[in-house]
Amino acid sequence: MPKKVISGNYAAAYATKHARVEVVAAYPITPQTSIIEKIAEFIANGEVENLEYVPVESEHSAMAACIGASATGARTFTATSAQGLALMHEMLHWAAGARLPVVMVDVNRAMAPPWSVWDDQTDSLAQRDTGWLQFYAENNQEVYDGVLMAFKIGEHEKVNLPVMIIESAFILSHTYDVVDMLEQEEVDEFLPPRKPLYSLTDFDNPFSIGALGTPADYYEFRYKIAKAMEEAKKIIKEVGKEFGEKFGRDYSQMIELYKTDDADIVFMGMGSLMGTVKEAVDILRSEGYKVGAAKVRWFRPFPREELYELAKSVQGIAVLDRNFSFGQEGILFNEAKGILYNTDAKPIMKNYIVGLGGRDLTVNDVRKIANNMKKIIEKGELDKEIDWYHLKR
Amino acid sequence: MELPADVKKRLTLPAEEHFYAGHTACQGCGAALGLRYVLKVYGNKTIFTIPACCSTIIAGPWPYSAFNAPLFHTAFETTGAVIGGIEAALKAKGYKVKGEDGVMVVGWAGDGGTADIGLQALSGFLERGHDGLYIMYDNEAYMNTGIQRSSSTPYGAWTTNTPGGKKRFLERKPKKKVIDIVIAHKPAYAATASVAYPEDFMRKLKKAKAIKGPSFIQLFAPCPTGWRSPTDKTIELARLAVQTAYFPLFEYENGKYKLNMPSPKKEPKPLEEYLKLQGRFKYMTKEDMEILQEWVLKEWEELKKKAEIFG
Repeated sequence: MPKKVISGNYAAAYATKHARVEVVAAYPITPQTSIIEKIAEFIANGEVENLEYVPVESEHSAMAACIGASATGARTFTATSAQGLALMHEMLHWAAGARLPVVMVDVNRAMAPPWSVWDDQTDSLAQRDTGWLQFYAENNQEVYDGVLMAFKIGEHEKVNLPVMIIESAFILSHTYDVVDMLEQEEVDEFLPPRKPLYSLTDFDNPFSIGALGTPADYYEFRYKIAKAMEEAKKIIKEVGKEFGEKFGRDYSQMIELYKTDDADIVFMGMGSLMGTVKEAVDILRSEGYKVGAAKVRWFRPFPREELYELAKSVQGIAVLDRNFSFGQEGILFNEAKGILYNTDAKPIMKNYIVGLGGRDLTVNDVRKIANNMKKIIEKGELDKEIDWYHLKR
Repeated sequence: MELPADVKKRLTLPAEEHFYAGHTACQGCGAALGLRYVLKVYGNKTIFTIPACCSTIIAGPWPYSAFNAPLFHTAFETTGAVIGGIEAALKAKGYKVKGEDGVMVVGWAGDGGTADIGLQALSGFLERGHDGLYIMYDNEAYMNTGIQRSSSTPYGAWTTNTPGGKKRFLERKPKKKVIDIVIAHKPAYAATASVAYPEDFMRKLKKAKAIKGPSFIQLFAPCPTGWRSPTDKTIELARLAVQTAYFPLFEYENGKYKLNMPSPKKEPKPLEEYLKLQGRFKYMTKEDMEILQEWVLKEWEELKKKAEIFG
C-alpha cells in the first residue's frame, strides 16, 4: 500500500479497518473524535464489512458495550480521551478482570479543571493499575503499527488482556505525517481472525463469566492476571520482532534506545515528546554532548529488565514526565527509580516535569536539561529531585 | 424426573427446567421464580447479562451456575450497554438474533440497577433500538445490599435508610414509574408482569422474542426478606398488588396500550389488604395509607384513560 500523509487519528482508524474489527462502541470527545468519525465514514462508504458501530450515550457505556461484544467473541475497539477515560475507569478493571482483549486508543489529553484539550499523560497513567497493557506511540506510524500489534498481543491465548494504544493530543492526533500502511493481505496474514478462548455463544456448554469469587478463589484470579502480564512481555517482543521481519519496522524492544551505547546522560520519557528529544540528541551530539534517549514504549507491562540493562551503563538518567502524581512525583520517574532500588545499577536520576497540558518541550529545553544533568554528575549530587522545569518565575 | 403424560398435558407452563435447584435465593424469593419462567420460555440459546443485584448471588458463586445458559456478570449501571454490545457482536458474527430459532439477548436487572444507576444505559439501549429484552425485576429496594430505598420504593415503605422510628423518617416519594419512562422511548414492546401470573408473563416473554427491536418488561417480584412478609405469601402479595391496581398488568405495542388485568370488570380491591401483610408498611399512619391509596387510584385512572385513548 502506498504511503499516506494522514493524522494520528486516521492512522488509528485505518488500522482498525485493516484489523477487520467487528464491533466499535464509542462516544465522542475532543481530540479523539476524528478516529470514530473516520470509522463511521468507512461504514458509510461500504469500505468495511461486518462491522457493527454502536454510538453509545457515554464512555462508560462505550466500554461496557465493548466488554459485552468481546465476551461474545468479537474483535472490539473503542477510543477516548481524558474525562472519557476517567469515566470508563470502572469498566477498565472489568475488561481486564473478565480477560477480554478489547483494544482502545486513548488520545492523551489533560484532565480538567481547568479545561484543557492538550497533551498530558496523566489520564492514561491514572489507569495503570487496571490490568490494561499500555503502549505510548511516538508518531503516527507507531499509532498505526501499535493498533495492529495490540490485537495480536491482547488476543494471544497467553495474554487475553485489553490493550491501550496512547497517542498525544493534536501533536499526533491532528498532525499529518507520512504513514506507511500495509496491504490488507499482509495484515490478514499477520493478524488472523480472533479465536476467543471462550465466548458467550457457547450454548452447548454454557458457563458464567465474572461470578462471585470468594476469598478462597479471588486471589488466584488476580495472580493469573499478574502472570499473563509477565507473559505479555515475551509475546510483545515476539510480535514486535515478527512485525519487524515482515514489515521492516522492529518493535522487539519495549524500551527503544537511541544513541545510548556510549552515552553518559540518557533522557527517558514516553510518547511524542521523545521525537523532539531524539532530534535534540542529534544536535547535542554534534555539539559534543554524550547523550542518548530511551523511549519507554510499553509502560504496562513495564520492561524492568531492559531498564536495568540501560541503567547499568549510564551515569545519569533525566526522566521527562508529561504527567504528575500529586503528593509524589512524575509517574515514570517514580516507577523507574523503584525498579532500580534492588539492583546494583545506581545512576543519578532526576525528574523533569515537562509539557503538562500541552506546554511545548523544545530542543533548547532539552539542551538546558542536558547542561543541568552535566553539572549534577560533575558534582555527584542532585540540586533537587523533582524539577518543575517550565515554571514561570 | 419425567412427568406422567396426563400431568404434562394439564400443565400451563413448559415442564423443562433450565434454572437449576441449588441456586442461592432466599425462601419465597419472587426474583428466583421470575428467572425460572424466563429460562423455561427461552431455553439455553439465550445470553443473560446480570448486573450487581440479588441475582448475582442467586446465580451461584464461581465455578457454579444455576443457569443452563451463558451468563455474563457486569457492573451495576451497565446492563443496557452490555446487552447492546452483545447484540452488536452477534450481528457482526452473523448470528440470527430473536425470532423463532434466533439467539435471545436478555438483561436481567433489579429496580436499583434500572430505575437509578442504570437508567442512562437503559435509555441508550431503547433509543438505539437494540434487538434484546431488558427485564427489570422490581422488588422495590436495594435488597442485595441490605434493603435500602431505591426510586422504585413506594411511598411509606420502611427500608434500612428510611427506617421509620420514633421521629418517623419514612420513604416520602412515590414510586418512580420506570415503565412510563421506557414507553416515552416508543420501544417495540413494553409490558408489566407479575410472578403471580406466570402464563401472562410467559406470553409476554414470547412476544418480546418474536417482535423486532428493543423490549422491556417490568416484573413485579416480592421480596419477603425486604418486605418483612411471610415467605409463603409471595404469590398472594404479588396477586394483591395487581388486584388492588397497585401494580396493574398491561402492555404497550406499536403505540397502543392494552390492559391485561385478570378480572377486568372488577373494581380494585382496597390497598390496605395488600399493605397489612407486609412489615415494611407498619410505620404508616392511616393518613399515609390514604395518601398511597389515592396515588394508586389516580395512576390507575390515568392508565385506563391511556388504554381507552391509545387502545
